Amino acid sequence: MNLQELNQSEFPVPAELENNIAITSLSQLYNWGRRNSMWPMLFGLACCAIEMIATAASRFDFSRFGFEVMRATPRQADLMIVSGTVTKKMVVPIVRLYNQMPEPKYVLAMGACASGGGPFKEGYNVVSGMDKYLPVDVYVPGCPPTPQALLYGMIALQRKIDGQSIANGDDVPWYGVSTAEPTPVPVLGPDIIDPRQMDMIRRQAEAAAVDAPSIGSRELPAATPLVAAKVTVDTTAEADAAPINENALSFVLPTGAAPWAEAEEIREKRRLRALARKALRATRRAAVAEEE
Amino acid sequence: MDQAALAPERQLDAISVEDAITHLNSEYADEVQLDEREGYGGIIVDSKRLVDIARVIRDDLGFDYLSSATAVDYLGEGDHLEMVYHAYRTTGGGALVFKARTDRDNAVIPSLVSIWRGSDFQEREAWDLMGIRFPGHPNLKRILMWEGFQGHPLRKDWREAYYEEEQKPFDSRWPGGHVHRAEEKNVFGKNVTYPPDIDLGRLMDTSEAAVYQSLGLGVDVERIMDKDGFETDELVVNMGPHHPSTHGVFRMVLTVDGETVTSLEPVMGYLHRNHEKIGERNTYLHNIPFTDRLDYISSMGNNHGYVLAVEQLMSLGRKYNPPTYRCEALRVMMVELSRIVNHLWAIGFWLNDIGAFFTPVLYFVQERERILDFFEAVAGSRMMCNYMRFGGLFGDLPERLKSVSNLANDRVRDYNTMQFLTEMINERIPRTIDDLERLLTQNEILIERSVGVGVLTREDAINYSAAGPLLRGSGVDYDIRRADPYSIYPELDFDVAVENEGDMYARYRVRVSELRESVRILKQILPRLEATAGESIWADGKPGAYAPRVPHGEAYGRVENGKGELGYYVVSAGGRGGSSNPWRYHVRAPSFINLTPMGIMSRGYKVADIVGILGSIDIVLGETDR
Repeated sequence: MNLQELNQSEFPVPAELENNIAITSLSQLYNWGRRNSMWPMLFGLACCAIEMIATAASRFDFSRFGFEVMRATPRQADLMIVSGTVTKKMVVPIVRLYNQMPEPKYVLAMGACASGGGPFKEGYNVVSGMDKYLPVDVYVPGCPPTPQALLYGMIALQRKIDGQSIANGDDVPWYGVSTAEPTPVPVLGPDIIDPRQMDMIRRQAEAAAVDAPSIGSRELPAATPLVAAKVTVDTTAEADAAPINENALSFVLPTGAAPWAEAEEIREKRRLRALARKALRATRRAAVAEEE
Repeated sequence: MDQAALAPERQLDAISVEDAITHLNSEYADEVQLDEREGYGGIIVDSKRLVDIARVIRDDLGFDYLSSATAVDYLGEGDHLEMVYHAYRTTGGGALVFKARTDRDNAVIPSLVSIWRGSDFQEREAWDLMGIRFPGHPNLKRILMWEGFQGHPLRKDWREAYYEEEQKPFDSRWPGGHVHRAEEKNVFGKNVTYPPDIDLGRLMDTSEAAVYQSLGLGVDVERIMDKDGFETDELVVNMGPHHPSTHGVFRMVLTVDGETVTSLEPVMGYLHRNHEKIGERNTYLHNIPFTDRLDYISSMGNNHGYVLAVEQLMSLGRKYNPPTYRCEALRVMMVELSRIVNHLWAIGFWLNDIGAFFTPVLYFVQERERILDFFEAVAGSRMMCNYMRFGGLFGDLPERLKSVSNLANDRVRDYNTMQFLTEMINERIPRTIDDLERLLTQNEILIERSVGVGVLTREDAINYSAAGPLLRGSGVDYDIRRADPYSIYPELDFDVAVENEGDMYARYRVRVSELRESVRILKQILPRLEATAGESIWADGKPGAYAPRVPHGEAYGRVENGKGELGYYVVSAGGRGGSSNPWRYHVRAPSFINLTPMGIMSRGYKVADIVGILGSIDIVLGETDR
């Protein structure tokens, strides 16, 4: 990013200082640093890994775009390129690796297999897409995608990062109020078992024990209406407050006897503000809908 | 010793395959029958005497190399399971095919590990996927799926979670075209099914414990844990499946005494994507792009083996035209270019493993890109070429090569094809090989790291069914292009690269020599292409059938691929008219079977050598796990 792009705030900079001073928002500065040092994990699964290596090699060279160097340990990586077919046996280590990556972390599904199972989807040991277990940020189609396609996907990820804001707490999970929960690691039983589906499996097994259709049968489950989680927030006080200036959110800890308690307080305030913003947006949407 | 007593034996190990079959049939009339099914060959051995007769086949008849051992489920075609073995002589010649049958319910066939150690992993695979028990096997555990998995998936009556129909094209897709996503039809939305009596409360993941228990063919893990005193502790070290030096998702569990490896157990299946089950549902033609994804470094070679196997079957029928000369010449050219790509890649990544991190690879990848551009212009894809067809090819060479992979910093590419090839074969590739040799072959560090490390003796290499540079690096003069020739190799002039030492350096030398030999072959191909310019690549001038009916029978097509002997065992069953889908589609993967001797090759060497030894075998996981 050049100085002009960085300098996008409304604060005027005297003409003689324009080459020396830039005024920008923290989010922009932060994202600028982040998007240009996305270190992928050195992690190849299948055929796509070969094209990933070709993309890293001299002809295509993704270091030019800030993907600098591949790290063999998840603890030093920002980006997991799922480069190939995800099998049931392999998804267990993959989820573990993902949990070991520090936030903020991104997942790029490279190729048809990682995106949705690809040509091997029907196989008994194949997971039909990485997104069945992990949140995927960018999908790159192809079998395998050419290096150009992979580069395009990686640049798309950079654009996605540009749009993220530290101020907006509900924008991305890692800027939220609490640490993200690790993704539950699947268990290899008689078939792979996703711990998040335990209840459903139990219900199906109970139904099968009575005489209802056996487990894993091919009928579609009865349509269940999606029940939205009921959230009650007292938004009146916050919503009535002055419009939120995102840039004004402070990240400097106030000095005091118990700084961590204050940090908690700030975090709590941020959380409430985020909720208020949400409510505000909802009311605005409702108003627009009414007008229409 | 009495000369007369030796004489008959000497005769026996030189008699032809047909004579060997007649000999076995007459000598063991009760146990050995000829396989007289239409399109089949070889013998059926009574499984009670299998081990004895296998010993006769190996020792007396001289078929010392077990290429492939695989199982077929004949559900509805006799309702039995059959183990099929292909044994060859390392002096060359065709296969002695012998089979053993067993019931589907209580499937037991004696293990041949005591005769050919190379059957170790293949029998484990047959247990895993077909559910045949092998008494006498030292470590009969699942190999591709995890311990605790429900069922044996390659049985004909076992159905995957996303099962639709037995054979493609599925009615839902063609001609109707009502496409339903498989997960919409599955209760869990994922590719899973559970047994109805699943007890989640007692659910335990036993797959890991099984791995450690099976460590080193029966090492007692308890003993290692209980060991005390002042000696170096024995440690269990786990490498992979996420490890930069395992060339993919391969995993090794080693016990080390200090820095020295005492035993090593390869763990695989992390890329088992069910080629064989999917291949049985596919039509014959469908499988060609799938073969690309086996050894994804050299997809042209994979295509070649498969089309050879199916062409063998098709030649049993009436309507079959063998490929034209130009087609064969093009095939050989593509395969040899693939071999160059493969060996450059293999040497580069082996150097990575022994410490020359990525500098040599960058030079080799540069040359590889050039060849891939050619593949892309001819076949349409850089890696997954999907180029060969039964009796022909996808297309002839274009007049001019216009690479679509133009980057801003690349020159716009538009070359005359033959000029491009001539330049590449006569100048660029030899120059790369010269550079490689100048910088590496006498390099002191490379020699220090690799001479005398990872030794595999000649006898072990044969007994463990090693193939390719691994076999030839141990002094066995066995290259299928010479030993059991196919295509136009008999008329081409080239030497088989052999080194006698059996260490990592010998394998490196074999690969470098093979690079030179490939260039030599390619130089002979160029004039052949010019001479046949304008000739059709199809025998009758038009492309072959989209969904050919393949006559009833079995075929084993094998080629010398970059990694070693790649074989396809294809069975066509069904009516008298043949079938449009294979009944059984088995891949004899060199990367898989070459790992069988990994344990003995690494015993006694240091941990740091292990990745180098693995790199010198040159595996690719798509093929190992299939």
